Amino acid sequence: MTTMATPTQPAPTKPPAAQVYNPKSESTAVKRIKSTIFHVVALALVAMVLYPALWMISASFKPNSEIGGANNALLSANFSFDNFITAMEGIGGVSTLTFFTNSLILAVGAVVGTVLSASISAYAFARINFPGRGLFFGMMIATLLLPFHVVIIPQYIVFQQLGLVDTYVPLLIGKFLAADAFFVFLMVQFMRGLPAELDEAARIDGAGHVRIFGSIMLPLMKPALISTSIFSFIWSWNDFLGPLLYLNTPEKYPLPLALRLFVDQTQSSDYGAMIAMSVLALLPVLVFFLVFQRYIVEGVSTQGLKG
Amino acid sequence: MTQSPTLSRRAASAPSQPRKSRRRGADTRAGYTFLLPWLLGFIALTVGPMISSLYLSFTNYNLFDAPKWIGLDNYTSLFQDERFLQSVGVTMQYVVFGTPLKLAAALAIAMLLNSKRKGQGFYRSAFYAPSLIGASVSIAIVWKAMFGDSGPVDQGLSFFGINLGGWVGNPNMTMGMMILLTVWQFGAPMVIFLAGLKQIPVDLYEAASMDGAGPVRKFMNITWPMLSPVIFFNLLMETIHAFQIFASAYIISNGEGGPAGSTLFYTLYLYLRGFSDFRMGYASAMAWLLVIVVGIITLIFFKTSKSWVHYSGDSK
Repeated sequence: MTTMATPTQPAPTKPPAAQVYNPKSESTAVKRIKSTIFHVVALALVAMVLYPALWMISASFKPNSEIGGANNALLSANFSFDNFITAMEGIGGVSTLTFFTNSLILAVGAVVGTVLSASISAYAFARINFPGRGLFFGMMIATLLLPFHVVIIPQYIVFQQLGLVDTYVPLLIGKFLAADAFFVFLMVQFMRGLPAELDEAARIDGAGHVRIFGSIMLPLMKPALISTSIFSFIWSWNDFLGPLLYLNTPEKYPLPLALRLFVDQTQSSDYGAMIAMSVLALLPVLVFFLVFQRYIVEGVSTQGLKG
Repeated sequence: MTQSPTLSRRAASAPSQPRKSRRRGADTRAGYTFLLPWLLGFIALTVGPMISSLYLSFTNYNLFDAPKWIGLDNYTSLFQDERFLQSVGVTMQYVVFGTPLKLAAALAIAMLLNSKRKGQGFYRSAFYAPSLIGASVSIAIVWKAMFGDSGPVDQGLSFFGINLGGWVGNPNMTMGMMILLTVWQFGAPMVIFLAGLKQIPVDLYEAASMDGAGPVRKFMNITWPMLSPVIFFNLLMETIHAFQIFASAYIISNGEGGPAGSTLFYTLYLYLRGFSDFRMGYASAMAWLLVIVVGIITLIFFKTSKSWVHYSGDSK
């Protein structure tokens, strides 16, 4: 995790030179003590915050009798992969691999759709002058604050009448129509930061908007495209309400829905397998986080993305 | 080139007039073409459904028979529906206690991390991680297991002589459990606070130290006002999101909102009404009420923000 620590952070400089000029500066010993206290406090907090994740991982390797029993130690002597073997068998005759594939199809579809539609729409907001732009931009921002529950009922009715319930169409169509205003906003902000001279020079050379967008903007927008891809993947991967509303056959379930089915059918009888499956469901998200944490955390701090 | 300056200017401007408007026309066409994906989605997936759910909220509709106009009946019967009133109470409790606690934790830890010490990147990432997974079904399952009978939380507290039993089955404890789940996800607002704290010029603190200001006065007079736009942003976004909690409540209560309705969050009740009782008109009325309430809260936030949010360049 430390490998990707923000590169902008300057290495801590040794203080002696400053001491000469600043009579108030503390001695090296006091500084070292303060730094130690900081790290002790921060590490204790990290341990507290990461405890549920550690507990989850440790429980997934424990036999059922030890989860929630007298033995709550993080490390168990009876370490085994049994829970994962049970979890991989799946539920209701459907293998967990199928749920994985379904989640992957939905997430990749979400990424492709969101990146395409949000970047194209953002170009219009950021780079083209046309009447109505300000008004639509304001409306786009307003949808950021709108509780989406107000649209799910009519949407469901329409998809039901079109015979599209229990397909992936209702879950993906919004992604191809830039319905996640967050990503449009993120890309507009990013494009506004790119120098306008680029477009003007290209225009003088006779390039149209399609060329400017495709060969100038898109390559320069890589950081925004990566943030968008990561977040749309993770949000789609974790989405529960969408699949809950639209999917009925277990063969089409993505992981969160499969997990709910698992909880319903096993109840508390097989906690171990349930938690192992929870771990499996989070695994791709954790891998994404470890690999892309700089993009993720930077994306949040500059764009105010929600978690 | 031999023409007089005035003539040449006119000669130059004459053809440019139509060219400019032609370019503007082309830009308008291009603008709407590029906007098309969003515009289609906005009309078909947001505006259209909003209008039709407003209409449905005045009807009785069960998905199979044609909607029947009943005027304001849905809205009036909402206020006699005990389960609805309970869901409002549960959600309000969650928003009013959970959001400030989460933001306080976020701000406190952001301030702790806002120094030039080693390992900052690691701490920031470690604290952020729960925000990425906290709303997932997996974590809801883990939370349920951790706060269940003789789970680690119960056992840990028993060790200190506090015998509460499992929190999951105890209607008095479930709200605490849900609030802890949201506070656990303090990382996202923390990262935003941290970015805001880095913008505050260090000289302000140095000058305050010279004047003998302690940490409390520095916080009240420098950190809080300088950070107020970020605090405002986080408060608004977190409040709005808190109203919409769904997956965790659904999983923890097996989709029922129990025990004794103590996790019957607004959106969960809306879902149950709409999609298991198929009272879609009623659920639409609930959805619109939520939009109105969130709208009013947003408005109040913006109105009151003038007295405590300071943007740089303000005369205040």
